Amino acid sequence: MKKKLSGEKVFHIFDIIVMCIFMALIIIPIFTVLMTSFVSEAEIARRGTFILIPEEFDFSAYQMLFAGGKNIIRAYGNTLFRTIIGTFLNLLITISLAYGLSRKEVKGRMFLTGFVFFTMLFSGGMIPSFILVKGMGLIDSRWSMVLPCLVNTWNLLIMRNFFYGIPKSLEEAAVIDGANDMQILGRIVLPLSKASIATIGLFYAVGHWNAWFDSMLYINQTALLPMQNILRNIITAASSVGDLGAEAYNSLDVVPPSQSIRAATIVVTTLPILAVYPFIQKYFVKGVMVGSVKG
Amino acid sequence: MKEKKRSLWYYLKRDKFIYLLMLPGLLWYIIFCYLPMFGIVIAFEDYKPFFGIEGIFTAEWVGFKHFIKFFRSAYCFRLIKNTLLLSVYSLIWSFPLSIMLALFINELRGRRFKKVVQTVSYLPHFLSAVIICGIIRTLTSVDGGLINGIILALGGESIHFLGQPEWFRTIYTVSEVWQSIGWESIVFIAAMTGIDKELYEAAMVDGAGVFRRMWSITLPGIMPVITIMLILRVGSILNLGYEKVLLLYSPQIYSTADIISTYVYREGVLNQNYSFAAAVNLFTSVISMIMVLATNKITKKLGQGGIW
Repeated sequence: MKKKLSGEKVFHIFDIIVMCIFMALIIIPIFTVLMTSFVSEAEIARRGTFILIPEEFDFSAYQMLFAGGKNIIRAYGNTLFRTIIGTFLNLLITISLAYGLSRKEVKGRMFLTGFVFFTMLFSGGMIPSFILVKGMGLIDSRWSMVLPCLVNTWNLLIMRNFFYGIPKSLEEAAVIDGANDMQILGRIVLPLSKASIATIGLFYAVGHWNAWFDSMLYINQTALLPMQNILRNIITAASSVGDLGAEAYNSLDVVPPSQSIRAATIVVTTLPILAVYPFIQKYFVKGVMVGSVKG
Repeated sequence: MKEKKRSLWYYLKRDKFIYLLMLPGLLWYIIFCYLPMFGIVIAFEDYKPFFGIEGIFTAEWVGFKHFIKFFRSAYCFRLIKNTLLLSVYSLIWSFPLSIMLALFINELRGRRFKKVVQTVSYLPHFLSAVIICGIIRTLTSVDGGLINGIILALGGESIHFLGQPEWFRTIYTVSEVWQSIGWESIVFIAAMTGIDKELYEAAMVDGAGVFRRMWSITLPGIMPVITIMLILRVGSILNLGYEKVLLLYSPQIYSTADIISTYVYREGVLNQNYSFAAAVNLFTSVISMIMVLATNKITKKLGQGGIW
């Protein structure tokens, strides 16, 4: 008996150690990037390029990003635009359609669900969509980052499952009290689905915040590019000066090393996500669980 | 009580508010999903970029010319092989590791500590592909990257990881595992909490140790979920995301890094061979649709009810 108990104890200590190593493996890469952003040219000259933790923290990479560069602030604005306007429209259209698809008495509901579902199995692919967006004259328009991704079928089906979960008796009671469809939606269904709407909204918002491929395809003007694309151009070294603007480079006497600029841009792009992440992550987990329930 | 047969018009009128509500969404599906689906006919035509949308109807019909050109090209085999290998490597590493992570998290006793581990483990899932690739480039950099720093400290020579084809699959797989195992473990952890606690208590009385309980209770308990997830992953093996590859590769490592979707992007968007790129894309879409349908059938056969 005594021996077995200590075996359990040993395992639990082992478990905690393994989990600590696991967390370290997740955090170290992010931490390293943060540290690299504070390295100055002078320190590299003194200590060589490999610096795990800088001796003195140098903020010139950040100064460069924000001081001379209106570009970074503008790119932030573009990201905020697509995140806020995009998520609002996403929710508006997704909720409306999901609500209709969740109502059992609506004729053609099964057909329409199949119509929507089929798009998860098969799509025209990149090229026909590109031709469509180009043909609609959306190239170099902000709407090219919002309209083509207006509805995510997965989110739509999760939303519909949420609406299914609302007890029918509540709606029936409202009908007896003489409520019409609009009142049922506005007074009963939506207030009951606040948490679910928040979850889906967050899924959409993170998608917009992280998106870069559509803006790379459809946006040619640097002035309209969101933050992710600026970062992409810096890390792939497609353009290091162009996107930050020459005034950013001229704003400092000593230009920080290129890896610090790259790291600082990563930090600036990641920070907002990291700041809100602890508060919103439980909603995501909830969304995944509901999404796995088939309907 | 049988409902009287009524015309569609009757229902449209009765539920007009709901149909009106659905209209914008349905229109969006028609325009942005179904129009491009019909636009795929350009794969059988010689469509030129300056034709515009109406050019789809007027372009010259060439049948399977572009498909044949793709199958005969030297790239065909390499692209399929690279796509499959990256997909398979990610699967065989991240899938068992996410189950193991779930087992370890499940055995943690302190509630607070458990929460912290879980929160940290999901974090990379929410970082964009651009950020992940920025981190990869920083870590693998020849000037001052952490990995090369360690190699140098151990007396080795620094390696230009992203410039050498033999390293790409490793880098891709490691980053994929790093980003996804926490998120993938959620499903397994949830399935584990559904296992009857009495089973564990009975096993303890019988003297089963921790590993014995994992092996004989926890794993069999989540087996249905493991089966479904595995079949699902195998079914979507061709739908490898292009974002990370596109951000990491360069012409000198195309031999291992170029995958079907990045090739479609280069041929279609950059070189403007719209018809050819659409044909390559259609070929993979059809195969992956068949695979997803087949895997759903298999899960149904296994009594798991399928995904839909």
